[in-house]
Amino acid sequence: MENLQLSQTEEFKIEHSDVFAIALHHRFQWEEAQQSYVILFPEGMVKLHGGAGEVIKRVDGKSTVGDIVADLKAAFPEAVNIEADIIGMFEMASGKAWIRKI
Amino acid sequence: MTQTSLGESVVQKEIHAQEKNNGVAANITHTQPLWLLAEVTYRCPLHCAFCYNPTDYDKHTQNELTTEQWINALRDARKMGAIQLGISGGEPLLRDDIEDIVIEAKKLGYYSNLITSGVGLTEKRIQAFKDGGLDHIQLSMHDITEEINNFITNTKTFELKKKVAAMIKNHGYPMVLNVVIHRYNIGHIKEILEMAEALGADYVELANTQYYGWSLVNRSQLMPLKEQIDEAERITNEFRQKVGNKMKIFFVVPDYFGDRPKKCMNGWGEVFMIVTANGDVLPCHSARVLPNMAFPNVRDNGLEYAWKESPAFNKYRGTDWMKGPCVTCPEKMNDLGGCRCQAFLLTGDAESADPVCSLSPNHHLIEKAIEDSKNPVLASKPIIFRTDKNSKKYVAGDKERVEEFHALP
Repeated sequence: MENLQLSQTEEFKIEHSDVFAIALHHRFQWEEAQQSYVILFPEGMVKLHGGAGEVIKRVDGKSTVGDIVADLKAAFPEAVNIEADIIGMFEMASGKAWIRKI
Repeated sequence: MTQTSLGESVVQKEIHAQEKNNGVAANITHTQPLWLLAEVTYRCPLHCAFCYNPTDYDKHTQNELTTEQWINALRDARKMGAIQLGISGGEPLLRDDIEDIVIEAKKLGYYSNLITSGVGLTEKRIQAFKDGGLDHIQLSMHDITEEINNFITNTKTFELKKKVAAMIKNHGYPMVLNVVIHRYNIGHIKEILEMAEALGADYVELANTQYYGWSLVNRSQLMPLKEQIDEAERITNEFRQKVGNKMKIFFVVPDYFGDRPKKCMNGWGEVFMIVTANGDVLPCHSARVLPNMAFPNVRDNGLEYAWKESPAFNKYRGTDWMKGPCVTCPEKMNDLGGCRCQAFLLTGDAESADPVCSLSPNHHLIEKAIEDSKNPVLASKPIIFRTDKNSKKYVAGDKERVEEFHALP
């Protein structure tokens, strides 16, 4: 994640049972020229570093946060403390309104 | 089109700054034209006094690129990494091939933005845009009052804009409003934001007028007082607290009242590429005012040459072109010396520091402009609206005005 700060004004408590989808009018896609995942929205773009991209890639409007944590733990068994990072990513993306709770 | 809309607010905040390249050619330093702005026509049914389009736009209304040329430009730019596409003008809807351009943009994977006054948007066309995959429509609004809307645009478009706003919402588009701020509407910021909220706006851009093209000609008549801008910003912040993330509000600060210049276009030839109605390729909207510059044209060498090789795009990349006080300034990477066009338009020297900077030896010019805007004689001079007739006068060389506003070296 680059050049982004967490919203200081609002708290976004993430529960394992929460289900998220990409926010309306936002698009998530792989950008070959950037060699990274991006989120696109009106007149703007956010580039997602590897880990952040892996999280948002799994946001599909069906999987729960718990499912995504389990899936990432399985995919990256060598990563330490991955769960806190994933929850942090959900907090940020939700705070920035890139994803919406279903 | 409206001011500052294309990304100057959003992209600068969100996009990762490209590597600094210190004047080395782009093919070594990985600059990428992430933003492609297609100014597809300079024709416009509105006559806004603050339009930044060139005052001599009338020259470029007869030789517009064809649909096929636009589609090729879209393909070439996408290969180079362009991802956000702005379809703008003039009023882009005056062309009847925007539907084709939208379809191609979707195929290529662009996030496409139509930037419009709303004039010419019909149910039929918006449905075609939706079907074709257009991602977003940005609508310019001018005021909450019919009187000011019609005055500043020199047209009767107030009711139409409200209808178009509803149409955009009904078709499931994000509602993005751009409001150019000037003396005549700055006292209505709260009401404008309330109107935006009532219309269900998702994003609102309050773009303080920047002084290029027609707005430079009308500067003394348009510029608000510093106190008015501070008050407008205070009201905006209050409103933000109230609406939170539901409606994102961008307040584009006017550079005349700052100490330091803006990092114009996020740096010359860093992330923005503009293709104009006649095919000229520019690193910023008003670059053609600069003297002794030959800008590339898509009809000649294509976009890859324009971006990577053309002398024009390399001329002000990085910092090698700078002179004092910029060249030794510890802050030079923050703003890259500001805006080349503004430096030239106000000082006659494109390589001097942007006079907005308080360290510029020409900063008194900005102070004088601010004083002039308080001068009741200048402020009551008639506004020169953006019309074909007035533009023809500029093309023919209305010496008096040209000399007044384009200080020639």
